[in-house]
Amino acid sequence: MIRITRKIEFSAAHHYHNPNFSAEENRRIFGKCNNPHGHGHNYVLEVTIAGEPDPATGMVLDLKELKEILQREVADRMDHRHLNYEVPELSGQIPTCENIAAVIWRLLEPKITQGKLDRVRLYESPDLFADCTAEPNGAGHARGRA
Amino acid sequence: MSRPLKLSLTRRYHFSASHRLHSAAFSEEENKRLYGKCSNPYGHGHNYVLEVTVTGAVDPETGMIANLGELDPFVEREVVEAFDHKYLNKDVAEFEKQVPTTENLCREAYRRLKDFPAARLERVRIEETSKNSFEIRGESSGLGQGA
Repeated sequence: MIRITRKIEFSAAHHYHNPNFSAEENRRIFGKCNNPHGHGHNYVLEVTIAGEPDPATGMVLDLKELKEILQREVADRMDHRHLNYEVPELSGQIPTCENIAAVIWRLLEPKITQGKLDRVRLYESPDLFADCTAEPNGAGHARGRA
Repeated sequence: MSRPLKLSLTRRYHFSASHRLHSAAFSEEENKRLYGKCSNPYGHGHNYVLEVTVTGAVDPETGMIANLGELDPFVEREVVEAFDHKYLNKDVAEFEKQVPTTENLCREAYRRLKDFPAARLERVRIEETSKNSFEIRGESSGLGQGA
């Protein structure tokens, strides 16, 4: 099995706020991420596909095709957007790295027809990232609404 | 059909420290042969990068596996403050009797972090330089699983 990884970048705004919490709880739990007008990041997304190379082309999946899928499914939705208000897939969720990675997995998985989606790694900054993979034992951890 | 998902969160921390690779169990000559310039008597230093990976359920109320407001001070207290700007051989008790290779540093960092209360410690990875890195995972650490 071979794993191939493609990277894209997108820039977006977000803020963390849960209407079930009081203003004070929001500030305590989310800190400066709770600032009402939001803030932004340059996100870096690494998407890994696993599979056997096609003997005729030598490719698991044409990177050009993967690049187009990432552009259409992720960049067109999220780049230069406010994740709280402009991305319906994240609506009702706190747009943390973990939740965004899970949403991206759900968007990409059905679109990958050659090879299998193996890992979505989303960097919010060079020092923070979330990994989303398929649960090896079938018992999912992700309880989000993705 | 959508598969159940597993999520993890990785945070990178930075510390700078000096060390000397030298074992009292070996002769001077053996130390020199085995550890080369890493055995120079006054030690040398690195800018280490510590990667800490935690896994677990994403809390639907916060969207988080672990709140960085809890993880950061825990890692800072348990590892970064203990190692940063220190001479590992002398300033960290655990390395008085074992060689502070980055393998051993990984095991020691894992041991110090495995009881993080808010999520399960999955992996500790340390970059000694930008060209070499070492990692340890819960199931193979020999140090028991995280909380």
